[in-house]
Amino acid sequence: MRSLAIIPLFAFLLLACLLGIYLWQLGSGEKNTFQLPSALINKPIPEFKLPPIKNMEAQTKGLRTSDLKGKVALVNIWASWCPPCQAEHPILMDLADEGVKIYGINYRDTPRDARIFLEMLGNPYTKIGADIQGRVAIEWGVYGYPETFVVDQTGRIRYRHVGPINPGQLNSVIRPILNKVSR
Amino acid sequence: MIARLIIAIFLFAPNAFAVEPAEMLKDNALEARARLLSKELRCLVCQNQSIDDSDALLAKDLRMLVRKRIMSGDTNDEVIDFVVERYGDFVLLRPPFKFLTAALWTGPAIILFIGAAFIFFLLRRRKKTTENAVRPLNSDESALVQDLLAKPNKHDP
Repeated sequence: MRSLAIIPLFAFLLLACLLGIYLWQLGSGEKNTFQLPSALINKPIPEFKLPPIKNMEAQTKGLRTSDLKGKVALVNIWASWCPPCQAEHPILMDLADEGVKIYGINYRDTPRDARIFLEMLGNPYTKIGADIQGRVAIEWGVYGYPETFVVDQTGRIRYRHVGPINPGQLNSVIRPILNKVSR
Repeated sequence: MIARLIIAIFLFAPNAFAVEPAEMLKDNALEARARLLSKELRCLVCQNQSIDDSDALLAKDLRMLVRKRIMSGDTNDEVIDFVVERYGDFVLLRPPFKFLTAALWTGPAIILFIGAAFIFFLLRRRKKTTENAVRPLNSDESALVQDLLAKPNKHDP
């Protein structure tokens, strides 16, 4: 009788432990329920071709699959209407200054807003394609903005970051992956 | 009147959806297929809504994509595969049964079984203990009971 009576207590403690671990992970930022694994990890980048941002043809040049082959690069999906994109922007500027190639996909934006955004905050992008319909973003499996992909020399996606890159993540996640992929 | 209104609200609330008239296909049969598929696909922005329910921009884009694929002749499976290729299994509101999701599918049944087994053994043991606890009457006690039963009840007519 006694041996059976401790089973509910045991079950309760087990559940409490699991919940505790989960809460602790949430609190420490180790677990982010919004960050989903990309279905495209280690797969070739999708085939796409985007025009430049209107009236900024010389600066933005447009973006297509072949532009991303043969080098390590970041692909950043952004929009002027997205506040986290604005928050993340200085980090992209720093990376571009260090010589990291960053390509932009301007998601569902108006040419005018995109231009003002870049003029005010700077342009870290080697090339930008304008995805006015949001169709190419679906090819990349994008669901939160901004999103940043690390693409390796062979044109494969090695990492996907959902949401703005904060300075901590830049050093603890993005830089190590860039180093690993560059080697 | 108010009661009827409340009933009506509860009756029709589950039918609320986000599809806009302009998005719908002219062919009713194709539109029905699109609606069916949209209910299976998760809106990754809201995560617990299907793209059929969600007003998010991405959900709208995906609804249009589903309809475009249907119009271009894709089967239902081909449309679903197209989306899963880009967004992963998580985009399916009913996850497929595979090694990774085995615990997800079988977990509730296993836990139910453990619970049932636990209750079964607990009850069996309790029954045994009760049986042991009840001592049969000794001869004196039996005699007393017989005596009491034999006595006519004065309240009886």
